[in-house]
Amino acid sequence: MDTFLRDEEKVAEIWERLGQVTDPELDEPVTDLGFIENVAVDRDGGVDVEFRLPTYWCSANFAFLMADDMRLSLSTLPWVREVRPQLQDHMVAAEINHGVRHRQSFSEALKGFGSADTLDNLREKFRRKAFERRQEAVILALRAAGYDDGAICGMSLASLDLADLSRTEGAYQMPRYRALLQERGLAAGKAFVTYNGRTIEPHELAAYLQRLRAVRINMEFNSALCRGLLDARYKDLNQAGATHGCASECAATCSPHMSGPLALQA
Amino acid sequence: MFKTPTGEEIFVIDGHTHFWDASPENQRNIHGKQFIECFYAYHKALSPKEQLWPLPQFEKYSAEQMYNDLFVDGPDDMAIVQSTYLTEFYKNGFNTIDRNAEMAKKYKDRFIVNGSFDPREGERALEYIHFMKETFGIKGVKLYTAEWKGESRGWKLNDPWAYRCFELCEKLGITNIHVHKGPTIIPLDKDAFDVHDVDHAATDFQGLNFIIEHCGLPRLDDFCWIAVQETNVLGGLAVALPFIHSRPRYFAEVISELLFWVGEDKILFGSDYAIWTPRWLVEKFWAFELPEDIKQERGVDLTQDIKRKILGLNAARLYGVDIESQKAKLNKHAVRVAAE
Repeated sequence: MDTFLRDEEKVAEIWERLGQVTDPELDEPVTDLGFIENVAVDRDGGVDVEFRLPTYWCSANFAFLMADDMRLSLSTLPWVREVRPQLQDHMVAAEINHGVRHRQSFSEALKGFGSADTLDNLREKFRRKAFERRQEAVILALRAAGYDDGAICGMSLASLDLADLSRTEGAYQMPRYRALLQERGLAAGKAFVTYNGRTIEPHELAAYLQRLRAVRINMEFNSALCRGLLDARYKDLNQAGATHGCASECAATCSPHMSGPLALQA
Repeated sequence: MFKTPTGEEIFVIDGHTHFWDASPENQRNIHGKQFIECFYAYHKALSPKEQLWPLPQFEKYSAEQMYNDLFVDGPDDMAIVQSTYLTEFYKNGFNTIDRNAEMAKKYKDRFIVNGSFDPREGERALEYIHFMKETFGIKGVKLYTAEWKGESRGWKLNDPWAYRCFELCEKLGITNIHVHKGPTIIPLDKDAFDVHDVDHAATDFQGLNFIIEHCGLPRLDDFCWIAVQETNVLGGLAVALPFIHSRPRYFAEVISELLFWVGEDKILFGSDYAIWTPRWLVEKFWAFELPEDIKQERGVDLTQDIKRKILGLNAARLYGVDIESQKAKLNKHAVRVAAE
């Protein structure tokens, strides 16, 4: 047990880990989205993560996935003994908080609501969308850098690693895309395959990208909506501090990857 | 009537409006409070500042105010008013067909009142469809598949009882099925936003139109795929359109996807009143042009002809509104009111 870390350092580690937890529907870190309200650590290795969502009605399943991912991600820190995600202002906050803390499945946690479903299918569905969104950004960056469709479809992951995508959305998405390829056991072959590992032929690429475009636009739109709703819900409570998330006023100028929207208050 | 800066008159049918009572007196529980506050967050997040209402006004507004916002100050010629019951949240319901019809009665020829049913009620749902047709002459309904009811956590458009209801709707000429997916109604534990059931129902009921409100958002991509395959699947623009003010680029992207996949004949304007008022939406929409790069990439354009369709002609086709005779009727009322 590492007793040498000061509380601020522990809190910083927590934030760093939380930055790897995404809203599955938006494929963006919960920290960027402004969902994390507060982080606190205690002497016994307990961690409290207070978080809140854009509406009282946000899907229980997504809320559960995020809380559970927070627990899983933070539990791997050597000094952490217990993780207590605390969803606030939500229709099933009590059930989710209790369930995640006691490592229940979604259906156990929400059994009072007659839930009999596992979240595996849902998780898979959004894994695919995240894969496609990340992949599209990388492909578009390559196209902008002058690669033609034949070169893109023929590229190995090793040669993609050497491509210069600097200062594009593709550069941000590249390591995230790579991580999903790795996770799916697709890192040894071509850089660009479908989610199921099928090769994409050069003549198919344009049509394939048309579909991916819709996936990205949908996610970007939802993200803007979620940020706007979160802001509308909590802005009055946070008048003193800087605005977090993308208020509607900051409009198209603000980057989808604004980091650290909430100050470290722990 | 919307008059363009060049003096052209555009016939506007607002495809999605509400006349609700969400006042604290009518709220049954915390859910009723949270439900209207969620709507209010949409209002606050996406309206221009000068259009913001105080919460008490947003919770409950008068018929006179609605009429004024839509037709006097606003550019609507007609409006489709949707019925939403939510009796588990609101003592007298949120906006039942009775409340809507009572309001609509005062303003002849302005409103198209839509009903609603819940196929989980079985035979009673069928009886209720008959009742709504006979009493209110409905041509459309608004359905919420994600609503909880007793043990149920939602239903699908291709459930057997939903099919029984659709068969009856087809027989009675209730041809416009507006479908709301997911957000703001307690989501079921599976995937409240899933739109794939639309595909089955639309294939099996070619005589019905399925208008997916909020164009399937937050599943625009899935919705587009279905709408490509099904000629009788349409998209309502509510929620997407207000982005025209705060995030015009995102609006441009969404509307260009809809034009590309769904097509100009299958997109309907809707203000979602009272979440938003139609005047600023229509003014901005008429003035809006797609950015050149999006036009090029997607190969679509948002021309004035297309805007006319979205603002009124498409809905007129669905609801059998003859625009010239409707204009004549409305003019006659206006002359009579002026003479009084």
